[in-house]
Amino acid sequence: MRHEISILIIGLLAVLTTASIVAAILSARAPKPLSSTLVNLTQRINAWWVMVVLITVAFFFGRYGMTILFALISFAALREFVTLTHTSRSDHWVLLGMFGIIIPFQYWLVWTAWYGLFVIFIPVYCFLLMPAITALHGDTERFLERIAAQQWAVMISVYCVSHVPALLTLNVPDFEGRNLLLIAFLIIVVQGSDVLQYIFGKLFGKHRFSPNVSPSKTWEGLIGGLVSASLLGALLSFVTPFSPLQAAAVAFIACSMGFLGGLVASAIKRDQGVKDWGHLIEGHGGMMDRTDSLVFAAPVFFHIVRYFWTV
Amino acid sequence: MNKLSLKTFTLLQTVTSVGLSALAWVVTGVRPIWNGSLPSDRQRIYFANHTSHGDFILLSACLSEKERAITHAVAAGEYWGKSRLRRFIAEDMLSSVLINRQWTKPEENPIEIMLSVLDQGHSLILFPEGTRNMTEEPLLPFRSGLYNLSMARPEVELIPCWIENMSRVLPKGQFLPVPLLCRVVFGAPVAVAPGEERRAFLERAHATLLALNPRPERDD
Repeated sequence: MRHEISILIIGLLAVLTTASIVAAILSARAPKPLSSTLVNLTQRINAWWVMVVLITVAFFFGRYGMTILFALISFAALREFVTLTHTSRSDHWVLLGMFGIIIPFQYWLVWTAWYGLFVIFIPVYCFLLMPAITALHGDTERFLERIAAQQWAVMISVYCVSHVPALLTLNVPDFEGRNLLLIAFLIIVVQGSDVLQYIFGKLFGKHRFSPNVSPSKTWEGLIGGLVSASLLGALLSFVTPFSPLQAAAVAFIACSMGFLGGLVASAIKRDQGVKDWGHLIEGHGGMMDRTDSLVFAAPVFFHIVRYFWTV
Repeated sequence: MNKLSLKTFTLLQTVTSVGLSALAWVVTGVRPIWNGSLPSDRQRIYFANHTSHGDFILLSACLSEKERAITHAVAAGEYWGKSRLRRFIAEDMLSSVLINRQWTKPEENPIEIMLSVLDQGHSLILFPEGTRNMTEEPLLPFRSGLYNLSMARPEVELIPCWIENMSRVLPKGQFLPVPLLCRVVFGAPVAVAPGEERRAFLERAHATLLALNPRPERDD
């Protein structure tokens, strides 16, 4: 596994270094003051450096590192989600429980690989008990809106995100002890697809995909990004239990889900009247702005691998 | 009391202030929005909306370490001076300035106490509503301290600061905070115009602060 990890890290460093050099050349040649697109590009690349370093460090701590990293990502994402939605004073205890009980318990289930409860804890028990607690408080104003937002908040930012470290619990024959590479594959392919969609969109984007939801998503960006990300997936098949063709297909499905995740996140932001979820990551916005695609891709990727590749 | 002499931070105060600022960041990701004024170490009175005990921690977390060491929150002596423990927290840890609203002796005059802080070159954080706002109103009417201080020391900048979301993080009667993102919006300085009357000034300062709320529809 050392060998594969070294290749991935060298590859990522090469891509980031190239990106930084390209951005520096573009900035040096461009008329001053720099356009907001160029400033934002540089900020985004710098933030990528930080994110890649953080994820790599967490990677070296293995199961501990991944579980803690994604629990923290859930915390940041949930905080952004709840901030954006309507809450009432009487929701205080439910909200506290979301941060103080649901996040730790869900990640404890990941840690102990208790699959049976991991998949139903939030969609069954939290789904039923959270609105019950809210009802017991007796505040019925905008009740359905409040409980729906709470459900969505924990499903998206805790349940879906927790499927990334849960990949470590899968038992893929002839792949024992290398599950970390599944996480690396998923993150690189899905985040890579975001970047590739951005690049294809900026270079060739003409026809908007859904002007009402997201002005920045174009057909050219979508198709270029998905095709190139699928090729990237095939290229990375050596770190996975998949054949190159299978890797391309899995990458295509994951990145398509990722695209839909970005679309849904944009629709929520538009509905709430904001441009970004937050400001945690300079140039990107909040944690949810960076993870919206991963959130949609992770559970589907998890279940594809579980259904077709585990015993 | 008005002979109160201020030094820059003791070790305890520095540790408390760094610790609380870090805590504020972990819970609320607090960040300042400088919308009309800029960070500066010149002498200021920061005045803000007040809904929870966490307000002044959030505001001071937005200041630099250097400014924090010379910026004191004005707190109610009736509450924070009640027991030795409370007084220790308020004065020795948070370096607040305690004032009594029901004062009798001349040395308890709140304005005199606040002026003595300003005269030592230090800055103040003031909540001109006078108490935590527990109502549905976004901002209660201002008391006149702000006007009196500005008339007595016109060279000190009055900076309006809107603290966002804190009423949701720590609602009335709760002591465990819900992690939600908070911002503090620092507006352009307000000053008493020549010949401006007390009430007119207070209403203008009130409106200026209210106008800083970035998402007014959300205040519920």
